Amino acid sequence: MEERSIWFSQAINEALQLEMRRDPNIYMAGEDIGPGGAFGVTNGLIEEFGPDRIMGTPISETVILGHAVGAALAGMRPVVEILFSDFLFVCGDELINQAAKMHYMFGGKAKVPIVVRCPVGAGFSAAAQHSQSPEAMILNFPGLKVAYPSTPRDAKGLLITAIRDDNPVVFMEHKMLYWFMGDVPEGEFTIPFGKADIRRAGKDVTMVAWGAMVGTCEEAAEALSAEGIEAEIIDPRTLAPFDKETVLASVKKTGKVIIVHEAPKTGGFAGEIAAIIAEEGFDYLDAPIKRIGAPDTPVPFSPVLERAYIPSAEKVISAVKELF
Amino acid sequence: MKITKEQLLALYETMFKIRRFEEKASELFADSLIPGFVHLYLGQEAVATGVCSLLTPKDFITSTHRGHGHVISKGADVKLMMAELFGKKDGYCKGKGGSMHIADIDKGILGANGIVGGGQPIATGAALACKKKKTGGVVICFFGDGATNRGTFHESINLAALWKLPVIYVIENNYFGEFCPIEESCSVQKLSTRAVAYGIPGITVDGNDVLAVRETAAKLIERARNGEGPSILECLTWRHHGHFEGDPGDYKPAEQQEEWLAKDPLPRFRSYLADTKKIALKEIEGIEEKVDMMIADAVEFATNSPDPELSSLLEDVYA
Repeated sequence: MEERSIWFSQAINEALQLEMRRDPNIYMAGEDIGPGGAFGVTNGLIEEFGPDRIMGTPISETVILGHAVGAALAGMRPVVEILFSDFLFVCGDELINQAAKMHYMFGGKAKVPIVVRCPVGAGFSAAAQHSQSPEAMILNFPGLKVAYPSTPRDAKGLLITAIRDDNPVVFMEHKMLYWFMGDVPEGEFTIPFGKADIRRAGKDVTMVAWGAMVGTCEEAAEALSAEGIEAEIIDPRTLAPFDKETVLASVKKTGKVIIVHEAPKTGGFAGEIAAIIAEEGFDYLDAPIKRIGAPDTPVPFSPVLERAYIPSAEKVISAVKELF
Repeated sequence: MKITKEQLLALYETMFKIRRFEEKASELFADSLIPGFVHLYLGQEAVATGVCSLLTPKDFITSTHRGHGHVISKGADVKLMMAELFGKKDGYCKGKGGSMHIADIDKGILGANGIVGGGQPIATGAALACKKKKTGGVVICFFGDGATNRGTFHESINLAALWKLPVIYVIENNYFGEFCPIEESCSVQKLSTRAVAYGIPGITVDGNDVLAVRETAAKLIERARNGEGPSILECLTWRHHGHFEGDPGDYKPAEQQEEWLAKDPLPRFRSYLADTKKIALKEIEGIEEKVDMMIADAVEFATNSPDPELSSLLEDVYA
């Protein structure tokens, strides 16, 4: 398939466009998505599909998510946009008590094929209510799938997979990646859920990271390489399902692991991954498991404070050095 | 509104079926054969029966924690329901849901719901699906007076009115949200007036009169099918028991309870049918016998159904 370099946001746009052309039951709903949304991700879709399929909604997260559950039960495949992932908690009941539980609670007969797209993450002073990365909380609700791409190619392939999945999928788009370019195949392709990508091969230390933190780890790995430490970077791409086999295989090889995420450290998903490695890969380790997350504070506003808040390549480098 | 003898019989049968199912559930709960929470529909039978008598297979309903009456009216199988109440393998949800989560998607029953107001956005979305797919279907969203105070109520009805969706929000006003009287929870006492805020019709009807419910609902359903959008139907009614089985309902004033028991929709409709000679008493009794047998069969089915296999604990998390 022909590849060319496009923006992360364009890759998402392409996935939406291709899938909506393929299946008339797919429609989008969300605030201001007609004019492209807050980040221009849905630009141009209303021209092709019209307002009946690119449905602008009132500022009503509860019914944006909740209506999707009903529409999905009645045979549609809605893709809804929650303007910022922080607002998922406005519609927490609809996501957690309704969408996530219905298949199980109704004995396997109901299907809720919805995709909940939401921009996540810090990086441009949007402050505490527009910047968090809430994946860990969502991962504690079985029934939901969670995708968190780090490249334009993964964003497109994973979103197409998400739309074709018969379960509710929370699709996390890191805001700082929207303006990141990368090679993406034209046309339809899918990336399976639950299959990690080895973004960099290395023999000395395993780094596990997702979303914008993959780039941070790549930066750290480059610097470490100059000092003779070769890091292997594992991007799980989906956190539910989570590809623990690839992580364990890498740790078996390197004996050292550092897990990096943008969410606060306490209660973050790194804790779960560390526990999996401790339970199932303890014998592989020749150093303590390292975790790097944001400090246990809300996301600050000031650019100076925000830079200090977000895990940096420097922090990753110094944490890795402590392992040797 | 014209109504045939068959339709009258069907109404009575449904109401009686709900009554007997609930009485039996109450008894079985007291005998510890039904675990968990059970919220009974006793006293409110005319609402679900009247409204759902107008529905077709392409229509949907959303229900509540007090949902047995709604799902029976929409055609749910009482055997599978009873087995689910028992938590058995052959229940509607394979024993995973219980009383508060009975669903039958193929019959348009999008689930009873343990969250007060939880069905409102879901019904709104199902109505959007009906409109998009041009099925001509409508959605009935049942909920109680307490759910009109939820944010879901506002967001759902605003969106449904904005998008002119074929959905009727049926408020079953039984004057109490859990233990709390509506005087202490609702800013207005006539709940249908809340429709004014959305520019849609809101009608209050005697919810213990099955024919009145049916007639009023028919107009609102017709409007919805014609693309004229959503509406609110408030049905005034009374739950005979407490909020859940085990709650004696002491907070309900004795006088009011007595007054409403005298307006019990079931004997009321029965006398109407017999007194007006629309249905011969023998035929009514015939229906009652048939329903009694049906409920007895349901209990037997539930009793004989095996417990879920332990391996099923981990099944059906994902489709």
